[in-house]
Amino acid sequence: MANISLRVNGKSHTVDVDPATPLLYVLRNDLDLQGPRFGCGLGQCGACTVIIKGEAVRSCIRPVSTVQGAEITTLEGLAVNGKLHPLQQAWIDEQVPACGFCQNGQIMTAKALLDKNPTPTDAQIRQGMASTLCRCMTYYRIQSAIKLAAKTITSARNEDSEQKGSEVIA
Amino acid sequence: MTTRRDFIKTSGFLVVGFSVAGVGNEIPLLAQGPGPYPDLDFRQLDSWIVIRQDNTATFFVGKTDLGQGTGTAFRQIMADELDMPYDSTSCVMGTTDVTVDQGGSGGSDALQTDGYPMRRVAAEARRVLLELAAARFGVPVGQLVVTDGVVSVAADPSKKVTYGELIGGKRFNVTLTGNNINATTGTAPLKDVQQFKVVGTSPQRYDIPPKVDGSLKWAVDAKVPGMVHARNVKPPFAGAKLVSIDESSVKGVPGFLKVVSRGNYVAVVCEREEQAIQAARQLKVNWQKPATAPFPTSENLFNFMRSATPTFSAMPTVVGNPDGALKGAAKVLEATYEIPFQGHTAIGPAHAMADPSNDQLTIYSNDMKSYGLRDGVAEFLKMPRDRVRVVWMEGPQAYGRTAADDAGFEAAFLAKELGRPVRVQWMRNEETAWDTKGPAFAVRVRGGLDAQGNLVAFEYDARSADFNHLGYNEHDTVLISQLMGNRREMPARGSAAAPSEMYAIPNRRMALHVVSLPLVWETPLRTGNLRDPNGPQATFASESFIDELAAAANADPVEFRMKLLQAAPDDDSGFKRARSIACIKAAVEAFKWDTRPSPKRAANGDVLTGRGIAYTYRSQTVVAQIAEVEVNRRTGRVWVKRLVCAHDCGLIINPEGLRRTIEAGLLYGLSRALHEEVSFDTEKVTSVDWVSSPTLTHADCPESIEVVLVNGDPNPKRSDLPHYGAGETMLKPTLAAIGNAVFDATGVRLRRVPFRNARVLAALKAAQV
Ligand code: FES
Ligand code: FES
Repeated sequence: MANISLRVNGKSHTVDVDPATPLLYVLRNDLDLQGPRFGCGLGQCGACTVIIKGEAVRSCIRPVSTVQGAEITTLEGLAVNGKLHPLQQAWIDEQVPACGFCQNGQIMTAKALLDKNPTPTDAQIRQGMASTLCRCMTYYRIQSAIKLAAKTITSARNEDSEQKGSEVIA
Repeated sequence: MTTRRDFIKTSGFLVVGFSVAGVGNEIPLLAQGPGPYPDLDFRQLDSWIVIRQDNTATFFVGKTDLGQGTGTAFRQIMADELDMPYDSTSCVMGTTDVTVDQGGSGGSDALQTDGYPMRRVAAEARRVLLELAAARFGVPVGQLVVTDGVVSVAADPSKKVTYGELIGGKRFNVTLTGNNINATTGTAPLKDVQQFKVVGTSPQRYDIPPKVDGSLKWAVDAKVPGMVHARNVKPPFAGAKLVSIDESSVKGVPGFLKVVSRGNYVAVVCEREEQAIQAARQLKVNWQKPATAPFPTSENLFNFMRSATPTFSAMPTVVGNPDGALKGAAKVLEATYEIPFQGHTAIGPAHAMADPSNDQLTIYSNDMKSYGLRDGVAEFLKMPRDRVRVVWMEGPQAYGRTAADDAGFEAAFLAKELGRPVRVQWMRNEETAWDTKGPAFAVRVRGGLDAQGNLVAFEYDARSADFNHLGYNEHDTVLISQLMGNRREMPARGSAAAPSEMYAIPNRRMALHVVSLPLVWETPLRTGNLRDPNGPQATFASESFIDELAAAANADPVEFRMKLLQAAPDDDSGFKRARSIACIKAAVEAFKWDTRPSPKRAANGDVLTGRGIAYTYRSQTVVAQIAEVEVNRRTGRVWVKRLVCAHDCGLIINPEGLRRTIEAGLLYGLSRALHEEVSFDTEKVTSVDWVSSPTLTHADCPESIEVVLVNGDPNPKRSDLPHYGAGETMLKPTLAAIGNAVFDATGVRLRRVPFRNARVLAALKAAQV
C-alpha cells in the first residue's frame, strides 16, 4: 500500500492503495464515483473510460500510480456549474440509452473525439467509436447524438467568437 | 427506520427509505427496514397507488425495466386511466417488499399482460376519488368532471378539489378482486383508448438524465458499511471436480479474508475489490478433469446434434398430406440451416451485493425477475421467504440473463457465510464463457412447388440443444447450486421453436425436437432465456427457405409471400393475417422495393448489393423487415447499409421510445446475424472476451434505419385496441432478411449463422462469385 495523490474533476484526493491497483477501482470504491464502470477489465469495451490530458483512457488497465497528479475527468465532471455538457444534453435529446450501462464509455469517448475533431465525418465517428461497445446496440442513436452535440458545440463557438469579435471592435 | 406502510401513512416521500424525493424514479435504497418483508396484498388499492397532498401520485409496479422505457410507459397508461398529468406521476419498480409480485420482467409481456391490471387499478383509484368528490360537493358522480387530477362540478366549475386534497396522505382502503395478480381489478371500467391523452405521446424516459450525468445508483454501485468483495474461481474444465485447495497460496494477499468452498463452488473474499481479483487469480486449486468429454467442439456441434437421440420430440403438427404433396410436387427443395449457441455476453458481468444484517437478507440486484430471486434464495438458504428481500436496481442489458441470476444467489450465500455484507462480481472471461446461452438449432426443411410455382408443401424439422433450459431463478438451477451438487429431478425439457407466420400452405409438417449435450449439469453451455431465446433461429430457417422457394419459383420474394398470406380468407382473433399483410405492404412502400425475382444478376466490381425481406410475428406483434446489403467479394464482409422495419404492436404507448427499442433490437439481430457464436473445444468454452466473442460495433452500424409504425387492425379505431409487447419481435426476422439480401446480391445462400467474413468469403469462393 502507498499514498497516492489524485486530481479528479478538479478536486484533490489522497488514497492509500497498492500502486498497481487499476484506476477504475480507486475511482469507484475509494472516491465513490460511479460513471466509470467495469465491463471487461481488459481494455476492450470502453465502459471504464475517463479522460486524462484530453485522451480517452480505459481506467480498468491503468495502474493508479501512473496517473498521479494528472487531471482526471469522469462522467460526473463533464457538467459545468450544473449545466450538462452538450454531449450529455444530446444524449437526452436523442434519448440514446437503453440500459445505459455502456453510456459512460460512449459519452467520454465521444468527448475526447470531439475535443480533437469538432466536425467529424460519419466515417470518422464510426472509426473513432468502433471499440466502444454497446450490447443493447444503441449505436445508431449514439452516432446521431454525437452529430447533434458537434453542431451545438460548433455553433456555440461561433457565437462566442462573434461576440469576442464585436467586443474588440467596441 | 421506515417501512412502506409508514410512508404511506406519513404521506411524504421525504422519509427514509427512498433516496430520491419528488417526481421521477424513486428507488427504494439503503435504510433497510428491520423486516420481515411479507408480500404486499395485491387486492388492496394502496399496494399500487399512493397519492400525496401535493397532488402527485406514485405507481408501484412489480415489473422491471431493462432499458426499454417500460417504467415511462406504465406511468403513461396509469396517468391516463387516473386522469393525472404525466409529470405529476412517478413509478417504483420491482423491489420485492414495496411492489406487488408481478413476477418482474420476461417474455415482452409487461404491457401486453401486466399493463391491464395497472390500468384497472388506476381506473379504480379514479372512481374512488370521484366518489369522494361527489360526497364532498353533494352531487352525483355523473355531474363531475376531472382534468389533470382536479375534480370539479360541471355546472359550477368554481367548485373544485384536487385528488391530493381528497386523499393525500390517507389510505384508499379499497379492496380489489381477482384470483391472481394479473386479474386484479376494481369495479371501474377501462377507458376507451381514444380518450387517452398521454398514451400515444412521447414523454422522455425519466431514467435517462441520471444515466447520462452519472448520478443514478445502479446495482453495481450498491454499497453498505462493512461490505467486502468476493470473486469466484471457476472450474477450468467443464465438469471438473474439485480435488483440493491450497489456501496458503493466498494467505499473503493483502486484505485476504476467506476462501469459501462447497462442492465445486469456490470463492475468495477480501477487503478490497482488487485484492479479491488478485486472490482469485492466485488461489491454487486442484481440479480433476471429467472422464468423458462434456461436449463436442463447436465445429462438430451440428453433426452431434443431428445424430443425437432427442431427449424430447413433440408430436408433429400436420396439416393436409405433406408426404403426398411432396411426392406429387413439380419441384422439391431441401435445405439445412444451422444456428450456433449465442451468448448474452452482457456488457457488465453478473454482480450483486447482499447484506445479512438483522437476521434478514437484503439483496441489491439487477435481477429482472427480482421476486424469483427472492423465492429462490429463500429456498436455497432455507430461510423464511419474508426474511429475504430484493432491492431492484438498474443493470447492464439483462434480457434473460438475470432470470438465471447466479450472482444474486452467490452474494446471498457468501453474505450468510461471512456474516457481513458481500459484493460479488464475475470477471469478463467468466461471464462470456459461463453465462446462459441461446440454444443452438439445426433445422431441416423441405418444400414442394407445383408446376405453376405455388408452394404446396412445407416440412420443418428442428433440433434445438436446449435440454435443462434455465430461466426462472429456481434454487436448484443457478450455477452456484449446480456446482454445490444440487440436481433437480426433472431438468427443464427445453423447446425448439416452430416458424411464426400466417402463410396458407395446404400441406405441412412441423416437427420439433430437443437434444442434450453430454454434460447436463455444471456446464458453461447452459441454455436460458435470451432476447428472444429461439425465435431468430426458427425464423432464420423458415424465412430463408421461403426465399429459396420463391427463387425456385422465379417469383419476387414479396409477391411470393403476399400470395401465401392472401390465399386464406380466415384470420385469428388478433387479426394477425391482416396485420401481416399490412406490415409487409408498409415495409415495401417505405423501402421502395423493386419487384423482381432474386438473385439480381451479378454486377461487376468488388461490392455487390442486394435486398432481402423477412417477416414474422411473436405473440401478437407482427414485423416485416427489409435489409439492403453490400457484400464485398474480396473480403467477405457483409455491411447492412439500410434496414426498414414495419412493426405492428397494437396500441402504441410511446412512439419515440418504441422506435428506439426497435432500432436497437434490429441491431442486436444484426449482431447475431453477423458476429455472434459461442466457440468451444471438448473441454471448455473458448469464447472468453470481446476478441474471442465478437459483437456488432459502431463500425457496422447501418447508414439508415427506418421504422414504420403500423396499425393494421381491420378496425384501427376500435376502443379496446390492445397493447402488445414490443421487446423482442423485431429481431426475429433480421437474420433471414440479411441472408436473403446476401442471396439477392450474390446468388449464394448462407445457411449457417453467423455470416462472419471468412465464412462468407469461403461460400462466395465455392460458388465462384
Ligand atoms: S472495462 Fe475497461 S475497457 Fe472494458
Ligand atoms: S445501453 Fe445497454 S449496453 Fe449500451
